[in-house]
Amino acid sequence: MNIIEISKIVLGFIILLGTALSLVTSIGLIRLPDVYTRSHAASKSATLGVLLILFAAFLLFGINTGHLNARLFLAIVFLFLTAPVAGHLLSRAAYHSNVPLWEKSVEDDLKKRVLEKKQTEQA
Amino acid sequence: MTLQLFLNIVIAFVWMFLQNSWSIATFVIGYLLGMLLLFAFRRFFAQRFYMHNVISIVKLLFIFLRELIKSNITVIRHILKPKLDIRPGIFALPTELKQDWEITTLANLITLTPGTVVVDVSDDNKILYVHAMDIEDKEKAIYEIKTTFEKAIMEVSK
Repeated sequence: MNIIEISKIVLGFIILLGTALSLVTSIGLIRLPDVYTRSHAASKSATLGVLLILFAAFLLFGINTGHLNARLFLAIVFLFLTAPVAGHLLSRAAYHSNVPLWEKSVEDDLKKRVLEKKQTEQA
Repeated sequence: MTLQLFLNIVIAFVWMFLQNSWSIATFVIGYLLGMLLLFAFRRFFAQRFYMHNVISIVKLLFIFLRELIKSNITVIRHILKPKLDIRPGIFALPTELKQDWEITTLANLITLTPGTVVVDVSDDNKILYVHAMDIEDKEKAIYEIKTTFEKAIMEVSK
C-alpha cells in the first residue's frame, strides 16, 4: 500500500459522497412542497456535492500524474461564489412573480412590505 | 488596507532591485521584510496593520466552509425524514452592515447556513428577508447570524 493506493481509496470515497449528495438533492427537489424549500436543497446540497467531486478529481490528478489542474480549482471557487447567489435570485424572482408559499408556512414578513409598496405606488 | 498592500509590494520590488536578483524567492524575502517594516511603522497609517484583515478574511473563509457542511447535514436530514414536518416561513432580519459588499457577503453566508435562504433585501439595505425551513428556531438563527457572521464581516472591514 503506497500513498497512491491509499489516496485512490479515500478520493473514491469522497467522489461517492459527492454523487450521493447530488442524488439526495434530486430526491429533495421531488419531495419538498414549494419553490422556496426546493431552493434550499438546490442551493446547498448540490453545491457541496459538485464541490466534493471537483475537489477529489483535482487531488486525484495531482497525486497520480503530478499534474495540478488550476482550472478545476478555479471551478471550485466560482461554484462556491455563484451557487448561493443563484439560489437567492431564483427565490426572489419567484416571490416577486407571486408564487405562493406552501400552505403550511407559518410566517411571512415580506408580504407587508410588498403590500405597502404597492399602496404607495398607487397613491 | 490596499495602500499598505501596495507599499509592501513596492518594498519587495525595491529589495529585488537592491539584490539585483529576479526570482520568486527574492520577492518573498523582500515581501516579508516589507511586512516587518510596515509593522514597525504601523502608527503612521490611518488603518490598522493589514495582516489583521488578511487573518480575518481567512477566518471568514473557514466559517463559510463549516456552515456549508452543517447546512448540508440539516437539509439531508429534512429530505430523508419519512415524515415531512418542516414549518417554513419568511422572517425579517435587521442588519447593521452598511457597505454593499458586506451585505452581499452576509447574504451569501446566510444562504449557505442551515435552513435559511435570503429572499429579498429591503431598499434601504437595513433588513434582509430570509426564508427559513424551520421557523421554530428563528430567534436562535437570528442570534447566531448576529454573533458569528456579522461580527466576522465587521472584523474584516474594520
